[in-house]
Formats: sequence, structure tokens, C-alpha cells
Amino acid sequence: MIWLDTLVQGILLGGLYALFAAGLSLVFGIMRLVNLAHGDLIVFAAYLVLMGVTMLGLSPWIAALVAMPLMFGLGWLLQTVVLNRVLGKDILPPLLVTFGLSVALQNGLLEAFSADSRRIPAGSLEGASLNLGLVTVGVMPLLTFASAIAVIVALNGLFYHTALGRAFRATSDDAVTAGLMGIEPKRIFAMATGIAMVVVTIAALYLGMRSNFDPSIGPARLIYAFEAVIIGGLGSLWGTLAGGVIIGVAQTFGASVNPEWQILAGHIAFLIVMLLKPRGLFPRAVD
Amino acid sequence: MYRLTTRTRAGTATAIAALVLVVAGLALPAIASRGVIQDLFFILTMLTLAQIWNLLAGYGGLVSVGQQAFVGLGAYAMFAGVILLGWNPVWAIPLGGLAALVLAVPTAFFAFRLQGAYFAIGTWVIAEVTRLLVAQWKTLGGGTGTSLPREATSNIVGTDMIRTLFSVREAAARDILAYWLALVLVVAVTGGIYWLLRSRLGLALAAVRDNVEAARSVGVDAGRIKWAVFLIAAAATGLTGALIFMQTARISPDAAFAVTDWTAYVIFIVVIGGIGTIEGPILGVIVFFVLRSALADYGSWYLMTLGLIAITVMLFAPKGLWGLISARSGLHLFPVRRKLVGLKIEGGNG
Amino acid sequence: MLLRTRNLTANYGQFRALFGVDIAVAAGECVAIIGANGAGKSTLMRSITGVIRNGADMVLHRGEPIGALSSAEVMQRGIAMVPEGRRLFPSLTVEENLLIGGQVRKAPGPWNLEAIYDLFPILRERRKNPGTALSGGQQQMVAIGRALMSNPELLLCDEISLGLAPVVIRDIYAALPKIRAGGAAIVVVEQDIGKALAVADRVYCMMEGRVTLVANAADVTRQQIHAAYFGEAA
Repeated sequence: MIWLDTLVQGILLGGLYALFAAGLSLVFGIMRLVNLAHGDLIVFAAYLVLMGVTMLGLSPWIAALVAMPLMFGLGWLLQTVVLNRVLGKDILPPLLVTFGLSVALQNGLLEAFSADSRRIPAGSLEGASLNLGLVTVGVMPLLTFASAIAVIVALNGLFYHTALGRAFRATSDDAVTAGLMGIEPKRIFAMATGIAMVVVTIAALYLGMRSNFDPSIGPARLIYAFEAVIIGGLGSLWGTLAGGVIIGVAQTFGASVNPEWQILAGHIAFLIVMLLKPRGLFPRAVD
Repeated sequence: MYRLTTRTRAGTATAIAALVLVVAGLALPAIASRGVIQDLFFILTMLTLAQIWNLLAGYGGLVSVGQQAFVGLGAYAMFAGVILLGWNPVWAIPLGGLAALVLAVPTAFFAFRLQGAYFAIGTWVIAEVTRLLVAQWKTLGGGTGTSLPREATSNIVGTDMIRTLFSVREAAARDILAYWLALVLVVAVTGGIYWLLRSRLGLALAAVRDNVEAARSVGVDAGRIKWAVFLIAAAATGLTGALIFMQTARISPDAAFAVTDWTAYVIFIVVIGGIGTIEGPILGVIVFFVLRSALADYGSWYLMTLGLIAITVMLFAPKGLWGLISARSGLHLFPVRRKLVGLKIEGGNG
Repeated sequence: MLLRTRNLTANYGQFRALFGVDIAVAAGECVAIIGANGAGKSTLMRSITGVIRNGADMVLHRGEPIGALSSAEVMQRGIAMVPEGRRLFPSLTVEENLLIGGQVRKAPGPWNLEAIYDLFPILRERRKNPGTALSGGQQQMVAIGRALMSNPELLLCDEISLGLAPVVIRDIYAALPKIRAGGAAIVVVEQDIGKALAVADRVYCMMEGRVTLVANAADVTRQQIHAAYFGEAA
């Protein structure tokens, strides 16, 4: 039953990728902005959590809770001071600005924390596993997947059952008319990026607890996140989870054939979906 | 009688100055040290890549973050030509352009399915896939890479002539040859882009950038133009990549497919200099080189500064340094705008 | 004066669309702005609501300059707009479209979900539908209801009869007196002169970016309107 084990590991890995992708998807859905620094912001948040653990002696969970408002503030500020000024019809300025941010952030982290790989200590959870009869799964991957589902349920709840979510959807539909409703689109955008950064912090917590990280790994996380979003279809968070699972399963099966093929297999799965379903598996009717 | 022209006095002056510069550039190895030649080689190849990316993004609206795919594959194809086919490195360079062109076809096929910003990351994915695949190519060193064999580097076409001409050692002669080729390439690419922008394709490109629907209604096929620009850019990038790695004579997947070196730097050069102009990348590469020389000892601070400068430029001077200069002075060294000019009628009193 | 524009000019790039427009609306009043296509009526509405930003002093609300404010800020001062083409939010249901109108500003007043459903009973049946699944007339009702939800002092209605069947237009215009009774001043922008004159106290006629006629709706003659509308000598 080795293939079943591989499948389950892959699905659970997909949860991590969905966490990477949820923030990206949220921001794109509301303001059609692709943040090329998304991966580096995840890594930044991982260092923030790590600092909470090593310098303040907090547990990783508490450290993440402390990091969340900080990251929210950072996202809010980033959107207000920088990104709102370059949003517009031309996609070039926001792309180039976030690309510049990506490079600046990566090298800033390198300067601050060196190129050594680090890990957020997770204590007894690190090696713990659960025997489910047919397969044995790690507690950490299981927690990651559960968190991904919780994040998606929470975001969907926010989107469809709160006044803020209503304003998000309205602004995404038509920012000018949203303004006529008294909604300040730029403030909504700042709020959205702030919330995306809270999700990024959750993603960072699991990234840092599950494996080693260093300042250079951001772009690869961006690519996984992007692939998950595209496979799922723009604007659907459950689709994003499905996309993450597809990448994850492809990677674990690739790795089981040859460890060098892990990453490649994920990318190839993405290209195959693109070939068959250019708009993703669950495209939104209105775009 | 009237005719349309893009000729201006500044444009003519630029043409003469460029000619003088090229001739001087060709003669430079007679007096310049090897270090200067190497620096110039670096500047010229970066400028070539910047001009190509500017054609893609600034004129074609195709923001590719995956140009390292073509640099890397071009370089590897050149190595394959030398190592597997026994070709002379200089003759293997066109192989780099060809390989990049071949890769560009499936890349465009995939990436053009992605709209706007997603196109950027799509090209990046393709570059990653190409890097990972090339790393599996064991005969060319796999993940660790390989060097050009001694017998290939020691008898590169033309180096004997250069050795006797400037009485230099073999390695220096190789640098001079690479520098000359880079000079030829940058002139060909810049001149080619300039010619392209003044041709019918240039007009069509401008039309597509301004409004795809309107362009289509007057018979401009946006899809075909995007393909043409993307393929041309890929081939030229592949040639540049092959040339760069002929000079270094050593290759590895990480170096050949480096997103920082072949895309981040290039984007910063174009953005800081001024996107959507031919002058911009030239100015940008100078700023880039000066910054690099000044901050070379500060490691990652340098890249961080570059990123922050690019953000600042995008926020406060989105047309870059050249945009500032040109707005103040009205100067266009490479005029591409058409002007209506009255002609005196032949046989009249004029 | 509730709202006044003073020497209001507006440009679209190089093209000037308004040349020094002066209009005034008193509290509780109903004003019609008529004029042919391209006369500048919609530009005037967009300038008042901050979709197009102007010099601060060009638009005054209760004497305070609001010409440079964003549309959100203008709306929060109690100036609500029913935009041309209705512009419902496609991702929102009918009820959500209504709710969002009163989400940021909710002044005390007669209008709430129930009152809107009483004004346009068909919307109550359709409240779970996506806004854009409705007929044109029903969408117009949602757009009016959405603007009312904040209990505005001033309701701007831009071309609310455009593209609708006469019987539907009649229903929508029948709501305007009830809205006035709720206390809001109304500005209706119309190409249909008869409809406009029937509800308005005063009428402004615009042509080519200028006001060509100001008159009491009760006194104005057909010749006057004809002259102001088409620019011919009466």
C-alpha cells in the first residue's frame, strides 16, 4: 500500500500549498494584483515567528499569534504607502514594484539572518504521528491540512457573511460604484492585504515548523502558490485547495520515483492542467 | 506633398555618435586592460538583455520574469555544440539562439494562455522546469555543471589573430573576442529593435499596446504580433546567453538559469533607466554598473538597494531617469515617433 | 442651499466637457436636469459625486467646499447617487446590493430594507437573486433602493428611465413623490422632458457643457425648452 501512503502524504502537503496560496488568491480576487513578493513575505513572517520563539521564548503558536497583528499592519502599510499608488489599468507598475520588493526583502533577510537554514522548533509535535490503520500520518502535516481548511472556511465566511466581505466583493466588482456607496476602495484594498498577511503568517508558521527555511526560498513558495491558484481557477478558495492538493500529490509521487523529480513533477502537473483546462478546474462565472 | 518621417536632428546626431563609438569600441582592446574589457563585456551583454526585455515588456506589454530560461538554454546549447558535437565555440553560439527559439514556441503556447500578471509567473514556471530538466542532463554535468574542454577554449576562431594583433595571452584574447562579439550583438540588437519599432510591426505593436480591440478592428492581429516579438526576443536572449557562457567557459544550472542575474538585474536596469524607450536601458546599465562598482563590497545590501531604488523609481518617476531627462529637454536620441513633414515640390522655386 | 455648483468646469484629458456650470438645489426640492445626449448632464453628476475630482470650491454642500473630495467622502455627507446604467454589483444578491448602500453611512430616516421592499414589492420576492439576474426595470429599482438605504439628504438619479419600457418608467417615477415625502431632495437627470417636468419643481436645461435655461417647471413653455435644448432661437 505504498502508493496510498504517498497519496495521503501528497494530499496533506497540498494543505501547505493551499495556505501559501490563499493570501495570493484573496488579494488577486479583490484588486487584480499579483504580489511577486508573496513568497518572500511568507519567509519574512517565518523569521518573525522564529524570533518570537528564540528571543522571547514563546511557543510557536503564541509567537504566530503575536506576529499576526504585526503582519496585518505591515500588509496594511505596504498597500497604503506603496501598492495603492501603482494600482491601475497598466499591470506593469505593480508587477515591477512587487518584484523590486521581493528582491529587496530577500536580501534584507539575508543581511539580517545570514544564509543559514533555520527551523521553528515545534517540540514534541515534530516527529509525532498518528496511526490511521491503512496509513500512518504525521501530526504536523495533518494540522497543516486542517488549518488550511479552517482558513478557507474562515475566509469564505468573511467573504459571504460579513459586511466587510460584502464590501470586498462590491469593490472587486466595480470600485467606482463602491465609492458611490461610501466605500473607500483604497481602504478596502489595505484591509485585504492586511488579512492576506495574517494568512501568510499562518502559512509561515507551518512552513517553518515542518522544514528548514532560509532567505532564498521565497520565490519557489510563490510559484507553488501561484500554481495552486491557477489550477483551482481564479477566485475560488476551495479550488485553490484542490490546486494545492494536485501539486502536492504530483510532488510526492515524483519524489517516490526519484527524489530529484519532486519539484519538476509538481510543475509538470501544473502545465498539464493548463493544457487541458486553461481557466483552471473551478473557474468563476463572472470575471 | 507630404511624407511621414521619424528623422530628427537629434536622431541623426545619435547615428553619427553611435558609429564613432562602435569604431572606437572595436579599437579599444589596443589600449584597454583586460579588466576593462571584462567590465565592458559585462556591461554590453547586460545592455543587450535589457534592450530585449524592454522590447518585450516596454513595447510588447509582455512582462516576462522567465528570460533566464532562454539565457540558460542558449548557454547549454552552446556547450552541447562544443562538447557533444565538437564544434568551435564561436560557431556553437548560433546554436544557443536556435535552441532558445525552439523553447520559446511551447513557452509562448503556455504563457499566452495566462492573462496579464499571471503571464509573468507563467514564464517563471517554464524557466524553472527548463532548469530542472537541464540539471538532469548528466553528459553536461547534471546539477553541478561543467566547463568547456581545454582543447575547445584553446583554439577558438579568431583568437590567434587577436593574439598576434595585440600581443596578449590566450585567455585575454578570448576575452577580447567575446567583447567584440558582445559589441556586435548589442549593436545588432539595439539597431534591430530600433528598425523594428520604425517598421510596420512597430506601428502595430504600439496599436496593440494602446488598445487590442481597436488594433484588431484595423486589421492588426495582436496574437501574431505577440508571438513574433516573443520569439525574436527569445532567440536574441539565447544568443546572448551562449556568448556570456562562452566567455566564462564554465556553466551550471544555477548560474545559467539564475533569476537574479538574467531577469532581476535586467528588469532593474530597464525600470531605473526608463521603460519603453531605447535610451532608457543604456542609461540604466550605466547607473547599474556604477552602483555595482560602488556597492560591490556590501554583498546583499547592494541587491536590496537596487530593489528599493526600482520601487522608488516606479513610484515617483515611472518613466525612469530617461523619462525625467526627456520630459525636461524634449530630447529623443532614438526617435520612433512619426512626424508629418512638408516636401518642397520638385522643379518649384525652392 | 443644500448643494450648489459654482463655475464648475470638468475635463476628460484634453477635452472640456463642462464650461462653468452653476446649479443649486435646496433641501427637499426636486430639480430636473434635461438636455440632449452629450450635453454634459452625466459629467455634472460625476463631478458632484467625486467620480471626477474638481477644484474644491466648485461644488459646495451646505456652503462647504466638497469638489475635491472622493466619492466615498461625498456620499458620507448624505449625497447618494443612482448611477447611469444602474451598475449593480454582480457578485451581490439583491438584498446585499441594498444593504451595501446603507453600510457605511446610515443616517436616521424612513428608509430601511422593509421600507424599500414596501416601495418596490417585487424586490422582496427577488431578494436572494443575484442583482444582475433581474430585468432592467427591477435592477433600476434595486439601484434606487440601494441609494436610499443611507437615508440621504440628496438623491441624484442619473438617467433612470434610459432603456426601460414606458410602463416600467411609470412605476419608477411613481416612487419619486414617496421618496420626496421621506424628506430627500432629488435631482433627476433626464432626456425625457415630459417625465422630468412632471416631477420637478425647477428645471435646468443643458447644452454643450453649459446651462442654457433655468426655470420653474410650472411656468416653463415648450418654446423656451426647445430653444435651450436644441440651441435654436425661440
